[in-house]
Amino acid sequence: MKIKAKNDSAFIQYLLHLGDNALIMSHRNSEWCGHGPALEQDIALTNIALDQIGQARNFYQYAAVLINESSNEKQTEDSLAYLRDAWDFKNCLLVELPNGDWGQTILKQFLISAYQYYLYLELQNIQDEQLAAIAAKSVKELNYHLRWSADWVMRLGDGTSESKKRMTDAIDAVWSYTYELFEVAEYENILSVEMQCKIREAWIEKIKTVFGKATLAIPNSQWKQRGGKLGVHTEHLGYILAEMQFLQRAYPGSEW
Amino acid sequence: MQISLEEQFQQKIDQEIKIEPKDWMPEKYRHTLIRQISQHAHSEVVGMLPEGNWITRAPSLKRKAILLAKVQDEAGHGLYLYSAAETLGISRDEMYEQLHSGRAKYSSIFNYPTLNWADIGAIGWLVDGAAIMNQVPLCRTSFGPYARAMVRVCKEESFHQRQGFECLWVLSKGTEEQKKMCQDAINRWWWPCLMMFGPKDDESPNTMQNMQWKIKRFTNDALRQKFVDMIAEQIKLLGMKLPDPDLKWNEATAHYDYGKINWDEFWQVVQGNGPCNKERLAARKNAWDEGAWVREAATAHAEKNQIKISSMLHPNDINLGS
Ligand SMILES: [Fe+2]
Ligand SMILES: [Fe+2]
Repeated sequence: MKIKAKNDSAFIQYLLHLGDNALIMSHRNSEWCGHGPALEQDIALTNIALDQIGQARNFYQYAAVLINESSNEKQTEDSLAYLRDAWDFKNCLLVELPNGDWGQTILKQFLISAYQYYLYLELQNIQDEQLAAIAAKSVKELNYHLRWSADWVMRLGDGTSESKKRMTDAIDAVWSYTYELFEVAEYENILSVEMQCKIREAWIEKIKTVFGKATLAIPNSQWKQRGGKLGVHTEHLGYILAEMQFLQRAYPGSEW
Repeated sequence: MQISLEEQFQQKIDQEIKIEPKDWMPEKYRHTLIRQISQHAHSEVVGMLPEGNWITRAPSLKRKAILLAKVQDEAGHGLYLYSAAETLGISRDEMYEQLHSGRAKYSSIFNYPTLNWADIGAIGWLVDGAAIMNQVPLCRTSFGPYARAMVRVCKEESFHQRQGFECLWVLSKGTEEQKKMCQDAINRWWWPCLMMFGPKDDESPNTMQNMQWKIKRFTNDALRQKFVDMIAEQIKLLGMKLPDPDLKWNEATAHYDYGKINWDEFWQVVQGNGPCNKERLAARKNAWDEGAWVREAATAHAEKNQIKISSMLHPNDINLGS
């Protein structure tokens, strides 16, 4: 595998992509805070949102250092989160989709947690110390996210007829967004083809196992929604950013 | 010489021996505690709403993480307190039912809106600050499970107050607009915070009994005064003003004098007419109703698994160890 030059712009794009996935997912999860179906689950999902915001900060801080080293810019974790527009965001569409009900939220969380888990497992061996360290720290958190969300998929899939129907509907609603996770953008070339295959295979294996225990089926539809990784988003991201960035935009240059 | 259960009970309290769930206790003590602890638990949970309102709009990633952690702590406080109340023979579902039907109250402070970002700081500094005044003495309350829950709660509350003050401190050193946010939030939260200590002592009929049972350690007015004295000093660091023209240091009493509290507003909010009573209760009810299918599914799944496990454990299969 080729070793990245520190100021490689593809590598910076990749860090932003990782950070954006974590930040937007955290945003969606944080919308549940105070509104969960039980206090324990409210706490659990907020925990995940907190981990994700921590991961986003690590990726952004690292990206900011690299950007500033290679240009006259003065980026920070906050300028990257709060002052870029939708077309600059490189998150997968899956993470920006609305929460829907608890079932859809859980399903999205499971699909993305499984992806991040296997991805970070690989990234912790990558030849960039800093990224490998962030991945190694994150994979411990992902271990919990994956276990928690998989448990809930099994509970809801194999619960009551209503919960099964809701999970089936949720799968129908989001499945077409899962393909994008594995459509490799140019800036992802830090991952070898071998790694990419490994991640994809581990992911699909995990989904099959958990769906099996949950008595849920993987849909046949092959239609693929794509665009997020390249900055072409759903209508939802604009609203997320409008809300998230409001204060930074309304009172530019302030300390908070 | 025989002494009555009632007298034994009071003797224990006088000797600072904790009352535990299985101990004999007067019915009125039990009921008062269920009311107090569940009301406290509801306050923690309803209190997540006004602050949760700003999580998605927090102005930096650091503030967002702090706020998320803080609101999550409040959920945890709710859990400890519901568990403490359950030891007195009431279920969490029953307590929720009382909250949703309006029979149980929660702290009126959470019926006020969070209108600008500085409200998050003001809640931490003033609301959590007032809560600490009320809660520190509760760490020594006579009922064991409540006292122990409060020890854990109080540890986290001091972090809440510090982050709130620090949030305002940054704003107070910031731009003109940020200073304006800061003062605006203080103006709106100050009086409702003074009301958090409850009615004046001479209008608080249960105070005597509750002090004797050591459910209450200080009177409402004493705690309120302590709070005023603390905040009147701390606000100087922010360079802001408390919205009370009568606030001034009194040499003779060695306390701050303060103006008249609008008790009419207090009772109106208690009775459901505050700016956000309807929204807060609706949000809680909605979360509960929307979560019904989830809880049912979890129960159904657990029961199915129970059956699976017990059918797997056929007596012949159990290895009793060698
Ligand atoms: Fe609390
Ligand atoms: Fe608090």
